[in-house]
Amino acid sequence: MTPHKARACILRVGGTNCDAETKRACHKSGIEAEIVHSRELAKSQALLSYDFLIIPGGFSYGDYVRAGAIWAKELRAKLGKDLEKFVEDERPILGICNGFQVLIEAGLLPQIEGISVYPQAALGTNMPPGYNCRWIHLSHVGKGNCVFTKNVDANSVLKIPVAHSEGRFMFARRNEDKYIKKLLDEDQLVFRYCRRDGQYADGEYPFNPNGSFFDIAGICNSYGTVFGLMPHPERAYHRWQLPDWTETGLEPSYGDGKLIFDSVADYLEKRF
Amino acid sequence: MTPAIRRQASLELHEIHLLDADHKQLRDISQSLSLGLDLKEMKAVREFFRNKGRNPTDVELQTIGQTWSEHCFHKTFKGRIIYGNDEIESLFKTYIFSATNEAKPKWCISVFEDNAGIIEFNEKYAIAAKVETHNHPSAIEPFGGAATGVGGAIRDILGVWANPIACTDVLGFGPLSHEHGKLPQGMKHPKYLLRGVVAGIGCYSNNMGIPTVNGSVFFDESYVGNIVVYCGCIGLLPKSKFARNAKPNDFIVLAGGKTGRDGIHGVTFASAELTEKSEEVSRPAVQIANPIEEEKLKRAILKVRDRKLGSGITDLGGGGLSSAVGEMARRFGCGAYLELEKVPLKQEGLAPWEIYISESQERMLLLVPRANLKEVIEIFESEDAEATAIGWLTDGSVLRISYEHHEVANLSIDFLFNPPETVRIAEWKAAALQEPNFHEPRDLATYTSKLLASSNIASRERIVRTYDHEVKGNTVIKPLHGKHGGPNDGAVIKPVEDCWKGIVISCGMKPRYGKVDPYWMAASSIDEAIRNNSAMGGRRIALLDNFVWGTPEKKDRVGSLVRACEACCEFSKAFETPYISGKDSLYNESPLGPVTPTLLITAIGIIPDIRRAVSVGLKSSGNPIYSVGKTYAELGGSEYYHLKGFLGKSIPKVRAPVAKDIMEAIVTAIDAGCVRACHDMSEGGLAVAAAEMAISSDHGVELWLHEVPRSSDANRNDYILFSETNSRFLVEIDRNSADEFESITRNVPRAVVGAVTDNDRLCVKGLNNKMVMDITVDEIRKAWKSGLDIEI
Repeated sequence: MTPHKARACILRVGGTNCDAETKRACHKSGIEAEIVHSRELAKSQALLSYDFLIIPGGFSYGDYVRAGAIWAKELRAKLGKDLEKFVEDERPILGICNGFQVLIEAGLLPQIEGISVYPQAALGTNMPPGYNCRWIHLSHVGKGNCVFTKNVDANSVLKIPVAHSEGRFMFARRNEDKYIKKLLDEDQLVFRYCRRDGQYADGEYPFNPNGSFFDIAGICNSYGTVFGLMPHPERAYHRWQLPDWTETGLEPSYGDGKLIFDSVADYLEKRF
Repeated sequence: MTPAIRRQASLELHEIHLLDADHKQLRDISQSLSLGLDLKEMKAVREFFRNKGRNPTDVELQTIGQTWSEHCFHKTFKGRIIYGNDEIESLFKTYIFSATNEAKPKWCISVFEDNAGIIEFNEKYAIAAKVETHNHPSAIEPFGGAATGVGGAIRDILGVWANPIACTDVLGFGPLSHEHGKLPQGMKHPKYLLRGVVAGIGCYSNNMGIPTVNGSVFFDESYVGNIVVYCGCIGLLPKSKFARNAKPNDFIVLAGGKTGRDGIHGVTFASAELTEKSEEVSRPAVQIANPIEEEKLKRAILKVRDRKLGSGITDLGGGGLSSAVGEMARRFGCGAYLELEKVPLKQEGLAPWEIYISESQERMLLLVPRANLKEVIEIFESEDAEATAIGWLTDGSVLRISYEHHEVANLSIDFLFNPPETVRIAEWKAAALQEPNFHEPRDLATYTSKLLASSNIASRERIVRTYDHEVKGNTVIKPLHGKHGGPNDGAVIKPVEDCWKGIVISCGMKPRYGKVDPYWMAASSIDEAIRNNSAMGGRRIALLDNFVWGTPEKKDRVGSLVRACEACCEFSKAFETPYISGKDSLYNESPLGPVTPTLLITAIGIIPDIRRAVSVGLKSSGNPIYSVGKTYAELGGSEYYHLKGFLGKSIPKVRAPVAKDIMEAIVTAIDAGCVRACHDMSEGGLAVAAAEMAISSDHGVELWLHEVPRSSDANRNDYILFSETNSRFLVEIDRNSADEFESITRNVPRAVVGAVTDNDRLCVKGLNNKMVMDITVDEIRKAWKSGLDIEI
């Protein structure tokens, strides 16, 4: 019997545009991945034939209404049961940028009390407003729960770019204390925006590029298997993608984004 | 009142009484139908229909108006020009195409033939490149005008079956400080225009997931009334997938967005001057952008390409179907038959002529062999995009269009593409200008700071951050360098996985020099584009030429155009850099006067290994800094003079043989690994180049002006610091490679003129070896970063 080879589904819809480089990153980390149109998956109902689901960056459905809102509703409507099973099976789901927005809008993150019908958080319009493409620093604050950062040292600082206009992580004000406590208690807080030296941005622009509450850049669910982040790890996979490689040289030949893909590759290998 | 009768039919169709029209009536018809045709052309149309023995329909007249417009046919560039006692057969053939044709480099796959120029990348892939202008629409509606400009450039790349992988945008606005009260009626403020244009560009390219990697912004008084918006796109094309083999009976398939009333008469609008009424009259000429529609279209087209299901392709841009169908039929030596009622519409009630000339966005025309139609339609459906067969190519050379079984047009393609020759008169007189006379200022540091904060030099970070320049994950040398967002000379992208070869993209534009002499303006633009490319390690450079000029009926405008074209020809040959594509936008005039002659040169080079690419920031203290190329006292048109309120006369020349040697020496030194940082000397000269290299790093720099290779008239500190002489580089050399670098550059003027320091200061020793400037890098970085006075 041939051993089961884990397969990733990189989902796309009109307006998705980071699927190719995300696939490239998966392959480099040894994850077999295919790009599937959302409507095909809805037709085939084959979500559960995959071991790993990625919702990549872009502007799904033009990001009309709110970024990610339309696609999120469509996924819940057409793949709802399978998605829930996927999460319950602890098969990993990764949402990058627009994918993170989709996971929030679909109630798959932060999962305060499991998957929710209504969004429990929001990725609002940046503060200061406007589209912002820049390299930022992330402090890894996860304590080992998130399967996407197993290979990332505790409290280490990662350099990865963001590019979005709606990335300001927010809870309803009345829930802020309760929800942040839950994220911390259950080790769901993964990345916070920080300065070069690892000190939290504390809301200060441009270290925190969008005004996110608590400098939140990436979170996971309580199983550590559903993970969403605004920065683009696929754009920081290779050293030559970094903005200062001409200063610092090309060794090591990889960037910090690789750690995220390697971590989930290890998880998939152990699990399947 | 146009003499026209409505045909007895269920549709909006008029027959225009042309056969008996006198000259006045011909002019009236042209004007009332917005045909944009002059009397000579109208007479040719009358003659054509007299021979046919019938009057034309509105569809036919509109088709002719679109096809013969300056925008679609480029009649000034193709026409005859009388220049003093000389006659120029065609500017395009004489100066632009000849420069390429003479060299006929093997790596040029398709030049001036298809929607975009195509050159070799490696064994498997080719690069496609195209730059367009969208000035008029952007002046009326900056967001929509700029967004659709980007969309159009991207479709030109799709129009050669290539995958768009990078965008470039070069913009021109009036000074941001322009007084509101001084704007003529109907004219929009430069700040409003800049915000709108930048938002439109970002919206389109970001939404499509194409990185905007290169560009520039130039401010000039003449742009107050005539903004300049250049949109470019670079694509990657697997050579084996390029299909151009359509035959009669192949279906004409209209794909993408639906057709509506947006963008009616865009090309005739673009072929006339802007007036205070433009907003009111021409608002419908500006199209509406929907980048997501184009993203889906792109996916479907690339699938059709990969499965080799198409036999031809073109985009729908200016002139809409009328231009695309005619051009496709002509390209394949066929006629065409169309059933216009099959065109999917945004709203009911469009007359056939409106359907035929609408410039609604996100539409492409594909030619598809009959057997492949079903599969093609299915591919579009799978991407939630629409594709409809609206006709087919025919034997012969007649364009026939029907609408619900009524014939609405029957025109010979030969006639359509042979308008009467346009004759323009050119005249050029050198402007009476003087070199200013003033003493060398003492506070050179203040001037350097002020230059860094001046509108044409200050950091474009606020703009560039709103463009996604990282999407696709292939941007190796970025528009914002390192942690300080330094100004790299261009961009390098690595388009193919598991291949270290890169594409080097840069541009050159020197509008102010054109006020002195368009010849040296054009030469300097070419030199700047090439030296920016060389500074990063680019070679085997192809050029794109994009002219933005005034009204060609005025002889001084044509005169300056001829001057610029002469330089284009001469320096393309001298640098051995062929043109592969180009476009001209004329009629850039407003109540405030003409646009200053503006030529954008885009340079596309390659680098064999992107790991050798060089950036702008200084790397390690102790390394020597070389000035390569000789500095002349060429301050005419410089930013320094501008700051002092002068234009001057002594604009930079290009000394071709040595210029070419310098570019080649730089690239050779980069390949040898000697070069740690490189920056071209351009606006603001040596002072600004040195400052920008320091600003981009955590180091300081020390310069010794007495060591700079220079002409005898460059005998003042301010001349040496601020002269904008072409073909010069400031280069940080690895201290262990200095001998090798000197050996590589032994035949060109160069000298060690300073060193990288670790003290965060820009220090300059003057001709007398005494300190003439000492300023902290932090201070000049702040000046440079805050100079652009606008929140985006």
